[in-house]
Amino acid sequence: MKRLMTRENAIRWAPMLVLIGLVILFTAINPAFLSQRNFARIAIAAAPALMVAIGVTFIIVMGSIDLSMEGTVGLTAVLFCFAFLATGGTLAAGAWVAIPLILLLGALIGLVNGLVHVRLRIPSFMASLAIGFVGTGAAVLVTGGDIVKIDDDTFRALLTWRIAGFPLMIYVVAALALLAWFIQSHTTLGRNFYAVGGGEELAHASGLNVRRVRIMGFVLAGVFYAVAGILQVAKLGQAESVSGANFMFISITSVVVGGVALWGGIGGIWNTVVGVLIVNVINNGMVVIGLPDFLQDGMLGLLVILAVVLSTDRRSISFVK
Amino acid sequence: MYQLKAVEKKFPGVHALKSVDFEIKRGEIVGLVGENGAGKSTLMKVIYGAYQPDGGTVMIDGKAVRFQNPRQAMEKGIGMVFQEQSLIPNLTVMENIFLGYEQQFVRLGVINWKAMSAAASRQLAKVKLDIDPATVTSALSFAQRQLVELAKVLTLEERVDGDLVILLDEPTSVLAEDEVKMLFAIVRELTKRASFIFVSHRMDEVMQLSDRIYVMKDGAVVDVVPQGGATVEQIQHKMVGRNVDREYYREQRQKPYDASKVLLRMDGVSLPGRIKDISLKLHAGEVLCLVGTEGSGREAILRTIYGMRTPVAGTLQIKGQAVASFNPQAAVSAGVGYVPRERKIEGIVAGMNVFENMTLSQMGRYSRAGVLNVTAERALARDWIAKLSIKAHSELADCGNLSGGNQQKVVLSKWRSGGSDIMLLDHPTRGLDIGAKEDVYEMIRDMSDDGVGVILVADTLEEAIGLSHSIIVLKDGAIQQRFDCLPGAKPTLFDLLHYMI
Repeated sequence: MKRLMTRENAIRWAPMLVLIGLVILFTAINPAFLSQRNFARIAIAAAPALMVAIGVTFIIVMGSIDLSMEGTVGLTAVLFCFAFLATGGTLAAGAWVAIPLILLLGALIGLVNGLVHVRLRIPSFMASLAIGFVGTGAAVLVTGGDIVKIDDDTFRALLTWRIAGFPLMIYVVAALALLAWFIQSHTTLGRNFYAVGGGEELAHASGLNVRRVRIMGFVLAGVFYAVAGILQVAKLGQAESVSGANFMFISITSVVVGGVALWGGIGGIWNTVVGVLIVNVINNGMVVIGLPDFLQDGMLGLLVILAVVLSTDRRSISFVK
Repeated sequence: MYQLKAVEKKFPGVHALKSVDFEIKRGEIVGLVGENGAGKSTLMKVIYGAYQPDGGTVMIDGKAVRFQNPRQAMEKGIGMVFQEQSLIPNLTVMENIFLGYEQQFVRLGVINWKAMSAAASRQLAKVKLDIDPATVTSALSFAQRQLVELAKVLTLEERVDGDLVILLDEPTSVLAEDEVKMLFAIVRELTKRASFIFVSHRMDEVMQLSDRIYVMKDGAVVDVVPQGGATVEQIQHKMVGRNVDREYYREQRQKPYDASKVLLRMDGVSLPGRIKDISLKLHAGEVLCLVGTEGSGREAILRTIYGMRTPVAGTLQIKGQAVASFNPQAAVSAGVGYVPRERKIEGIVAGMNVFENMTLSQMGRYSRAGVLNVTAERALARDWIAKLSIKAHSELADCGNLSGGNQQKVVLSKWRSGGSDIMLLDHPTRGLDIGAKEDVYEMIRDMSDDGVGVILVADTLEEAIGLSHSIIVLKDGAIQQRFDCLPGAKPTLFDLLHYMI
């Protein structure tokens, strides 16, 4: 017996329907919304946020939370600029080395995060929040509060070189999202995230090394935050200690709006992609329809609550903490 | 005063209560005994309002009543003292006693703590517990908490007009001897305030305390024994007296095990407070049953073998190798599989599909450099779905939506497909209907044929006797007796019970 409109299916497709509904809504108010140029704008705005959101998705699927993204993105962005300048200042001159270096740094921050959480048995939200602040502080320390600029046309091609109207970085982000999906559904690590999130006791009782899985999750998230840091630099051509600002709210709301359950085990990368698009479409749409900017933040908050109401199954849990 | 007439309760696949008649008079202590699964807990739940009966009537003072929930039952004077205590550990004693009934102490939205404390002291005096009502509950001993729980139930006295009926579910299971004596003295004294229903596995205590004893078997009351009307042995016979169906437990398929091949050996293993000086051997093709009451150490032995507990003394050898570090990973790689009692918590991950659950403990075999071979995983799952006729629409079905029996099959195939040859089964048939139980029995025999050693904690004694090659009876964490169970020469239920309690 197959039914198309089961509750399960409704929940699965709700975020997608919300996204389509929003696009129709904004287009109806201002047809200029539905243009390739505007979509490219949305995509560019969404690109670093998507990387952060994907990183935190792995953690949320495990049933934990990671709040270190703002500090990690800020610090990796700043150090990326320094490393880039120190190794030649242009990709051609050998500054490409800065990219693997910074990804490694992201992994390292994630490792510290995971170790603090698992070894010292500190709840993940507290451990990661603290590490995030350390990251922001370190970024201020190394920059002395200044802005660091990068001027390399080959690197900036990530933003300037367009294929079919979309800049190169969008394709990079799409490829990395595919990679994240592959990790999620085709590697033992990805499967382990779901096992830990769906039933930690059971994962343990099945002989999984739960602590290692948790630490690896934070490492992986750290790498994705570092990618976001690099993309922030590519987008703006500069970095400062606040380069990671706002990513916490945007990424976590995106993940939740997309239908990933905060208690773990449910949802995945595709939910996050849709969630990031929803949040960015809302943001962009409000500009396009000419909402005064002092209303935009409030509206975003309201729309996020609405989107969560529509797109997540809250009946299955008895208590919300 | 309180009466049940022809009460019926059915669950899918289980007829839990069959036309039960039950009566308790004012100031009486009534014992309720029966094996696990005989229907005691269902009957209790009907009495205190957690379940609504499907048929029959509940009467108080001759008037029919119907409870939608425990709170309504409480308003009619029926209280429950839970075995797993229902006190919230981080609240004070008085807050716990009046939890949900604070309104009587509230003036203008503010709680009058002094009044509550005084009221709580009055309740505590009823159970002769001399503690400060402002003590945080977690600071109390287990016995003290039990009394606080009783005091909490006794607040019904002031709230309810009619008579009280208080259920005591295994109140003595973790108490020391003198604490039990004290509790009994208090209960006897309280009979001028309330009637008690006393549920326990400890037959001698039930006999000692109760005015009458209801004996349950298979969801029906088989006898009501007045105090001194029967010996412990006679009651035990009534509890279990039924014909064991050999066919049902696949006894004809029981073959002798390979005594030359020792899979697992425990020597003098002890865990403080749980098991002491346990020595046993498991051979290839053997089904070894651990028999004992709740808390007798059966589960602790399984968990030690599975590496979830580290013993303080003794050695464990798996296939001749002494186990050095106790953790599940090591146990799994040594070929140990564990089917826990709490299927929902430790058995399957709801939300993950069939093939993901099956390969959870053996992902290393289905991956190369961390990348999974999903095609092979799915083929494995399809294979086992067919082999065990698991009712799932495909290997992609969410395990959370399968029936209990099919979930259990998934758990068993998870370990069997991974090549585990030491299987620890903790209540593998709990909550399954008869057909599914028979499938599990069939699988256990299949495993024996394949040379797998099984350590089983069975749901009932018949199951233990029917399935096993050998039985070890445990009591208070120590081995009492070992039985050989050759087909046709099996020990009787009574033989086992004799050593259990």
